[in-house]
Amino acid sequence: MSRKPISLRTELPLLIWLVIVWGALWRDFSPGNLLFGALIALVVARIFYLPPVELSGRFNVLRAVPFALVFLAKVVAASFQVIYLAVVKGPKVVNAVVEVPLRSHSDLMVTATGHVLSLIPGSLVVEVDRSTSTLYIHGLDIRDEADAARLRKEVQDTEAGLIRIMGTKAELEALEAETATASRKGATP
Amino acid sequence: MTPEAGGVDAVIDAVTAVFLVLGALMSLTATIGLLRFPDLMSRMHAATKPQVLGLFLLLAAIGLQMRQWWVWPVLVVAWIFQLLTVPVSAHMVGRAGYRTKHLHPELLSVDELEAVVRRSAAEQEGSGTGPASAAGPAEDPELDDVLGLGEAGDGALRGAAGQNLDDRGDGRGDQGEGKG
Repeated sequence: MSRKPISLRTELPLLIWLVIVWGALWRDFSPGNLLFGALIALVVARIFYLPPVELSGRFNVLRAVPFALVFLAKVVAASFQVIYLAVVKGPKVVNAVVEVPLRSHSDLMVTATGHVLSLIPGSLVVEVDRSTSTLYIHGLDIRDEADAARLRKEVQDTEAGLIRIMGTKAELEALEAETATASRKGATP
Repeated sequence: MTPEAGGVDAVIDAVTAVFLVLGALMSLTATIGLLRFPDLMSRMHAATKPQVLGLFLLLAAIGLQMRQWWVWPVLVVAWIFQLLTVPVSAHMVGRAGYRTKHLHPELLSVDELEAVVRRSAAEQEGSGTGPASAAGPAEDPELDDVLGLGEAGDGALRGAAGQNLDDRGDGRGDQGEGKG
């Protein structure tokens, strides 16, 4: 293979995840079993080689916990909204396909944003344009331009949250500069 | 649970009962949504999403009733795999549905992808031997066959435009792999 080997540090999250799955499936978290699981994880990662996921190297737990809670709350709220729409509106529901340009161009960030959005009921990623990192999102019950704008803002807020958790330093700085100008614009008029 | 168990057990049983009923309600939503919603993509919303919460509630109920610590990692892994796979399947079905026109345009208030598809189709038409058509001229009829789009001129345009989007994506993918 012509690819350069991945460093152990890049691979570590994957290996830890594999060991956790191993332990969970055996229902046994004793040191011996985990050690054997780690051995198998190493062998599997060497043999079944995949292109490495390019992690940014930073992960903000303080941001991740509130994000996860907000995400869970959104899932609950939106689930009941979908129930309401299914029962009350049914065939008369009006939808939209909305184009949302993302800030980040990293595959991981686009994928993560798409995943989070798809998991919240009411939005579904229809198409992804990787070259411009634009998501095309099908939204349930989007009746007019104002609703579409709200969906667009929610998508970009979700991406901002993810950048704050695990974006690269450059992405984070760009985001902070953007929010700074936005708040200044909001203050002047 | 034994009937003479204390107050903690009663609380756990009550929470379990609520979780089970709510979880089942989420599954019921999928059925109602499938019956009530008008087109493929709005049905996908109902068929895939409430299960994320429904499965979470049902797994939590199992965890509460089992009262053994080793069950929690299994349940968490099961839920995480659900979280990872549901959006992928929903996206693939939604994407195929959009390309094969399994949607009611009159039910869309805004459709910004339509404009992009038309623009990129027009670009390809105008330039003739542009980079996109040079990249895969022989593939377009084949793609139309696969997707069942060959029936109308518009269908062919859409297939070509989809190809165009894909070409651009693949181009970046190749660069990424070369770098990695």
